[in-house]
Amino acid sequence: MKFFAEINVLPQKEILDPQGKAVKLGLHNLGMDAIDNVRIGKRITLEVEADSQEAAEAQVKTACEKLLANLIMESFDFVVKPL
Amino acid sequence: MKFGVVVFPGSNCDDDTVHVFRHILGQEIVKLWHKSTNLEGCDFLIIPGGFSYGDYLRSGAIARFSPIMDKVIEHANAGGYVLGICNGFQVLVEAGLLPGVLLRNDHQKFNSKNVYLRAATNHSLFTGDLDLTRAYKVPVAHAEGRYFTDEATLKQIIDNDQVLFRYCDADGQVTEAANPNGSLDNIAGICNAGRNVFGLMPHPERASDPLLGNTDGRILLEQLLAVTA
Repeated sequence: MKFFAEINVLPQKEILDPQGKAVKLGLHNLGMDAIDNVRIGKRITLEVEADSQEAAEAQVKTACEKLLANLIMESFDFVVKPL
Repeated sequence: MKFGVVVFPGSNCDDDTVHVFRHILGQEIVKLWHKSTNLEGCDFLIIPGGFSYGDYLRSGAIARFSPIMDKVIEHANAGGYVLGICNGFQVLVEAGLLPGVLLRNDHQKFNSKNVYLRAATNHSLFTGDLDLTRAYKVPVAHAEGRYFTDEATLKQIIDNDQVLFRYCDADGQVTEAANPNGSLDNIAGICNAGRNVFGLMPHPERASDPLLGNTDGRILLEQLLAVTA
């Protein structure tokens, strides 16, 4: 079976995210002062062949831990759906 | 002693490194293509600066899985010497050979300028004979050079004397103003616990040829030649 995964990788909360900070300033310059804590990460989608939902999730988790995210600086979450 | 420079697609300081080691330091040095799994008898491996794999995903993240990297890790784990400069440092932290990560500079800009470094210890091959009171002028060129690690690891690398270089001003003062990228504790270069793997963001190979008007980097690289003595 084929599965489709949507993965979000975000810088960890305690780490300064200069991109997010710069974008927050831009939003404030637009007058949107109520916006705070902008953080910028990556959205990754992929397809994976697996026998079950659990097996697909296990593969995606391994991909995140080994390559897609660096756990020292980033956290990740994902949703896996059958295609 | 035979040096080897690992070349990834997107490496761009490999030729500078070969030039300096061959023509300025008079050493035997070869290039090792990343798809090879043969270290060609090299005793000392250098991962050069550049933008391996276009810095896609994270700097150094994809290079870490190039075929040659298993051999580089094996070499390091057996006590062999490995030096990562700039992108090479990023590759070595991604490979887990050095602790920590290199984050986007705190000011979000690409840094390309001369900075000053102070050796933090003489207890490593790379800093063995450096003057701990002197500021060495060496250029940096990076967007992701902010050294970061969790508090426990930071304490550990400081306690183990693994911090090799800190950013300082021209007088050798380690100050916040002299920190070009927001690195924790002004850290510019470190080694592993085994003291055989080194990484630094500044480019000593760009400050080694007298033609370029600054040879402070050469003094740093000359330290490595102590193994050949």
